[in-house]
Amino acid sequence: MAVYLLWFFIFPGLLFMAVAGAFLSWFDRKITARVQFRKGPPLLQPFYDFFKLLLVKETIMPKSGSGFVFLLAPLLAVFGATMAGLFILLPLFNIETGFRGDIIVIFYLLTLPSFSYIIGSLASGNPLAAVGASREMKLIISYELTFLLIMAAVIMKSGQKFDLDSIIAAQQSGTPFIGSISGVLLFIAGVFCIQAKLALVPFDMPEAEAELASGIYIEYSGPPYAMIKLAKYIMLFILPAFLVALLMNGMNPGINIVWLILKILGVVLLLTLIRNTNPRVKIKQAARFFLVWMNLLVVIAIVLIALGL
Amino acid sequence: MGFKDYCLRKSLWVFHFGGASCNNCDIEILDCLTPRYDLERFGILLVGSIRHADVLLVNGSINRRDKDRLLELYHQAPKPLLVVAIGACGCTGGIFAEGITFAGPVDKIIPVDAYIPGCPPKPEAIIAGIVKLAGKK
Ligand code: SF4
Repeated sequence: MAVYLLWFFIFPGLLFMAVAGAFLSWFDRKITARVQFRKGPPLLQPFYDFFKLLLVKETIMPKSGSGFVFLLAPLLAVFGATMAGLFILLPLFNIETGFRGDIIVIFYLLTLPSFSYIIGSLASGNPLAAVGASREMKLIISYELTFLLIMAAVIMKSGQKFDLDSIIAAQQSGTPFIGSISGVLLFIAGVFCIQAKLALVPFDMPEAEAELASGIYIEYSGPPYAMIKLAKYIMLFILPAFLVALLMNGMNPGINIVWLILKILGVVLLLTLIRNTNPRVKIKQAARFFLVWMNLLVVIAIVLIALGL
Repeated sequence: MGFKDYCLRKSLWVFHFGGASCNNCDIEILDCLTPRYDLERFGILLVGSIRHADVLLVNGSINRRDKDRLLELYHQAPKPLLVVAIGACGCTGGIFAEGITFAGPVDKIIPVDAYIPGCPPKPEAIIAGIVKLAGKK
């Protein structure tokens, strides 16, 4: 029991993921600044932001709407992100093997933050938040099928293994999945899915700074907003880690942890560069992009896997 | 200076309220975020929602209609909130001070923490003002 609590709260749980995610968020902002020839924020900036929101600012409750649900939603988001991260990181760090079918559980837990944002923003009773929530819903409907297909393809490629640990083991005994044509296709689709899951540009219409004034988060202030930030930091860490585990070999024991860090940084770098070089698309375009093109890509990959490529 | 103050100072999120401005001040404010001046290196971000703001940046002359909006924004913001009046219009009324619709200056409506005069103030002046503001508390 005690060891479970340790896993959940310290390593590789809440604390570790929060610190790693905050670092990645700084990395993302710094790269963004460098791309725009700026200097960028200092290393501890995400911590300042988080503690300022948590300790200094007051919480304002919306006048209309449901206060309880409004406050519960950010906690739910942090919980979902942490649980998903736990199921991803335990096999990735070779601490525990997980159970048969845990990849399906991870899939559902990863959608929990998005859903709780929707619930929270609808509970706030703000019309702009409602528009943001409806966009987030449409976005989820668009990318979720692609994400599921990617996981189906990975399961197929690993020889019907339904748990993350055996998928990593299958790659470590053979070649990493990304070393084949189908793997590259899956990686491309996976990166775009992560982009949409994190609501980064070009898929940031739920929080659209310019037209919705941060949309789904518009009513949050103080500690609840700090929780949302925390959930976002964690998601920024665990989604690239998940992709690394699914397609890029996970981590071999020993010194290879450096290699793992480089792989995760590489994926985040890719996400950042995509977000800095693209405009925001309309929700219709995003839906078409995922439902037609990305699904087509993954189906091609599945056919290639069936042919053994 | 405590840990809390330090965090607040290092991460000032700015909400920009443009009153009946001639639009020059707005442009100078946006200039501060460009690569040349880059306020993000002090942790300053422009946010879209007043609920996330730590600094309320007011520029332009405040006329009677703006007054209600400004008061509403001030009450909607989570405290502690710093208010900065930018430009001659924000500080005193400037060339609009004699106008019939004029209801300002800003410090008659809400308490102001820093004044940045100029018509419009240069980005350097705005940065100097913000840095002084961060050191004030
Ligand atoms: S202070 Fe000068 S530049 Fe600024 S809004 Fe007023 S008139 Fe325009």
